[in-house]
Amino acid sequence: MVAVGDALTAQDFPIHRLDLIRYAGASGDFNIIHWNERVATSVGLPNVIAHGMFTMAAAVRVVTDWAGDPAAVVEYGVRFTRPVAVPDPEGAVLHVEGSVREVRDDGLVEVDLVATVDGQTVLAKARALVRA
Amino acid sequence: MTVNASFIGRSYPPTPVYRVSREKIREFADAINDPNPAYRDLDAARRLGHADVVAPPTFAIVLTLPAGAQFVTDPEAGVDYSRVVHGEQRFVHARPIMAGDEVQVTLTVENIRVAAGNEIITNRADVKTVAGELVTTAYSTIVVRGQ
Repeated sequence: MVAVGDALTAQDFPIHRLDLIRYAGASGDFNIIHWNERVATSVGLPNVIAHGMFTMAAAVRVVTDWAGDPAAVVEYGVRFTRPVAVPDPEGAVLHVEGSVREVRDDGLVEVDLVATVDGQTVLAKARALVRA
Repeated sequence: MTVNASFIGRSYPPTPVYRVSREKIREFADAINDPNPAYRDLDAARRLGHADVVAPPTFAIVLTLPAGAQFVTDPEAGVDYSRVVHGEQRFVHARPIMAGDEVQVTLTVENIRVAAGNEIITNRADVKTVAGELVTTAYSTIVVRGQ
């Protein structure tokens, strides 16, 4: 039985440059700030940054692993609040926690996600609606 | 304001038909480091009640990014791509995208507004099968940073 306040199993997702290259190829998003440090820093970014969509995709694993069937996620949205810098070679670690926000009358479950890197929030209003 | 506000409400023609393959879903799942068998193992997907392997919740970006590019790269729209950052993204799935789907995406510019010196554009991308079934709606907010 799912109840409001239930915690989902938290997960850590390491992110390295190779992950961004692979994601660029698979998604078709070749924006240069995701793979070229010279250009990224020249436009004022701290380093090469992860695709927001990569962070979004990684974070929802906390929900899909919990749900069992990834297709149970009927809605998923985030706000990108802070770029995730991915220095070479050390990379970054995305930490994601989830909790049940609401169990609706129609049986759908709202899950809130908290996604941080080095303790700083990188996604806000990260919320999924799940068929439980 | 450099973005052309007369684009509010404008829709672009549907993108060319995209056939979602098992291989593309697996490639995308590999790229997000997600080992979930429902993305790559037909038997596992069927055990969950799906006709074929399903796509991850954010896979639709593969389809909607080119649709959004129609607007962002439209010279008349006046978007300075070098100042664009992704503000928000949301997917609403009427049903999961799965291998074998033949889909097209229609982009609509929902809103353009100015806030704190930035231009904020909200787009809606409707992903429909060639038979007209709505599969996914993707809402994205992009921010054109002020000078």
